[in-house]
Amino acid sequence: MIAIGMEGSANKLGIGIMLHPKDGSPPQVLANIRHTYVSPPGEGFLPKDTARHHRSWVVKLVKQALKEAKVSVDDVDCICFTKGPGMGAPLQSVVVAARMLSLLWGKELVGVNHCVGHIEMGRLITGATNPVVLYVSGGNTQVIAYSSQRYRIFGETLDMAVGNCLDRFARTLHISNDPAPGYNIEQLAKQGTQLVDLPYVVKGMDCSFSGILAAIDGLAKHWGLGGEEKAREDIMQTADVKAAVDSSDSTPTRADLCFSLQETVFSMLVEITERAMAHVGSKQVLIVGGVGSNERLQEMMGIMARDRGGSVYATDERFCIDNGIMIAQAGMLAYGTGFRTPLSESTCTQRFRTDEVFVKWRD
Amino acid sequence: MGEYHPPPLPSPFNNTSPPPTLLTQGAEAHLYKTTSLDPSIPAALKIRPSKPYRHPTLDRRLTRQRIIQEARCLAKLVREGVSVPALLAIDWAGHGGEEGGWGGAWLMMEWIEGSVVRVVLEKWEAWMKDQTLDAASVEKEEKRVRGLLRQMGAAIGVLHKAGVVHGDLTTSNLMLRPFGTEVVEDDGNPSMEGDVVLIDFGLASQSSQDEDRAVDLYVLERAIGSTHPRSEPMFEELILGYRNSYKGAVSALKRLEDVRMRGRKRSMLG
Repeated sequence: MIAIGMEGSANKLGIGIMLHPKDGSPPQVLANIRHTYVSPPGEGFLPKDTARHHRSWVVKLVKQALKEAKVSVDDVDCICFTKGPGMGAPLQSVVVAARMLSLLWGKELVGVNHCVGHIEMGRLITGATNPVVLYVSGGNTQVIAYSSQRYRIFGETLDMAVGNCLDRFARTLHISNDPAPGYNIEQLAKQGTQLVDLPYVVKGMDCSFSGILAAIDGLAKHWGLGGEEKAREDIMQTADVKAAVDSSDSTPTRADLCFSLQETVFSMLVEITERAMAHVGSKQVLIVGGVGSNERLQEMMGIMARDRGGSVYATDERFCIDNGIMIAQAGMLAYGTGFRTPLSESTCTQRFRTDEVFVKWRD
Repeated sequence: MGEYHPPPLPSPFNNTSPPPTLLTQGAEAHLYKTTSLDPSIPAALKIRPSKPYRHPTLDRRLTRQRIIQEARCLAKLVREGVSVPALLAIDWAGHGGEEGGWGGAWLMMEWIEGSVVRVVLEKWEAWMKDQTLDAASVEKEEKRVRGLLRQMGAAIGVLHKAGVVHGDLTTSNLMLRPFGTEVVEDDGNPSMEGDVVLIDFGLASQSSQDEDRAVDLYVLERAIGSTHPRSEPMFEELILGYRNSYKGAVSALKRLEDVRMRGRKRSMLG
């Protein structure tokens, strides 16, 4: 069975092709292509611009994916697309493309929940059997565990997603959005040494980030560290010059703020994950979503899991960050159980909770 | 991966006889059973080891803040007559808080007999699954659970009335202490007779705001939904028990409606 997965719920357009061999051997990735819409420093990606990006790239990417996978249209069994959650306009532009391909080629459609896509891809790549899942990205922050055919949400953010918090602080500091704002924060944070006090907001298994963002934005303003000017200085200065400045002076630097933000929000994430693990009695953790590719988060989660006698499963940016194969993977699992999305129901939705999906393919 | 070893015990507990026995490793703390003053008096020892994944500064700040907060809440609740374990001793800074110290903190509390409500409900749900009961027996069984939920609601009400919110209400943090002697279970169907005792005030705080109270109830509602699907439909009984327990309950429950409808938790379908 071969499936094409089409993902475009945020600023990444991903087309992936997966093969589930008939003999039951492990699924194979035939193609995994992604094109990202990058906005200028200091700005986020707007739905209309992102949708325009997806519209202009989707055909190219599908052609390229088919070529790379060395499969013809006849080999394809189904077309999987992201039904939600995500930003409305980008989702719509991809679903229109999926519908078009379905009619053009006479293939069936499978609508996939984006979060379930992440979980299924993470399970496939890492081989984790029944982990507690921390799903952290620019739009979602959830702690999930499987129980009786649902991926149940044990904890989640009460306001903004953790990735959104990092991205927006990157905007405050005018850090580049290429390849991703979170990635550049991570690099800058490596030079940070001083921990500034930030709010730490955990409520049971839930957490909140908006107050932290407001606090750190306030600090950046107070110390005059935001804006374009400072960003330029960042690029000019070399790392050792900065280190010399650090030791002579106790006011926080841009790097210190990035460092403190990461330390604080990641501690919160590890804490709620640990609480969920203790609650369900699991020893495996799987980190998925774009923020999951942050090495500091992976390291902290690893220490926590080790101290509980367990282990952490994480993937690299190819599978962590939004991609098409995860949609193909989750879509094919559903397709295998007879699930189809008729053309008349091939809509998308901005709100689509993880626990709404009936997980027929697991027991 | 390797076998799990709990961190070494802080002094003086590394030198007591009999040694403390590890009961559970929670997310935040290790719970041991030990004795206080006399070997015949059991006590619960809660140790918050330092968390090596956190930045040391942040770790010390959180550990210290939380153990003191917990002790203050327990002390206050015991004074107010709420059924919680009494506070016996505390070390909030580990070895006097020296830089080279142990970094963790501990709290010793009164020992509570019985089991947590999670276990009671799980046993009951498992037992129900194996039975083929007629409608009348099912109703009788569910009545017992309703009674327990109502009692839980009342216990939470008394807690809120005393001006404390729990912050992490799950069925693992509510205990059922049997009246008098141990009740013998027949065929795995658990007894639901007893006092509901609230435990683990690690995330508790002093607050009388409807918002905090409502979030407490909401957290519990979702915890029951995700761990005890069979008992979830009876949650309204808990609300009923809560409503009748103190005067401010009505406005807290009104707020609960808002919390349920709020933000990203809300499903936009239909």
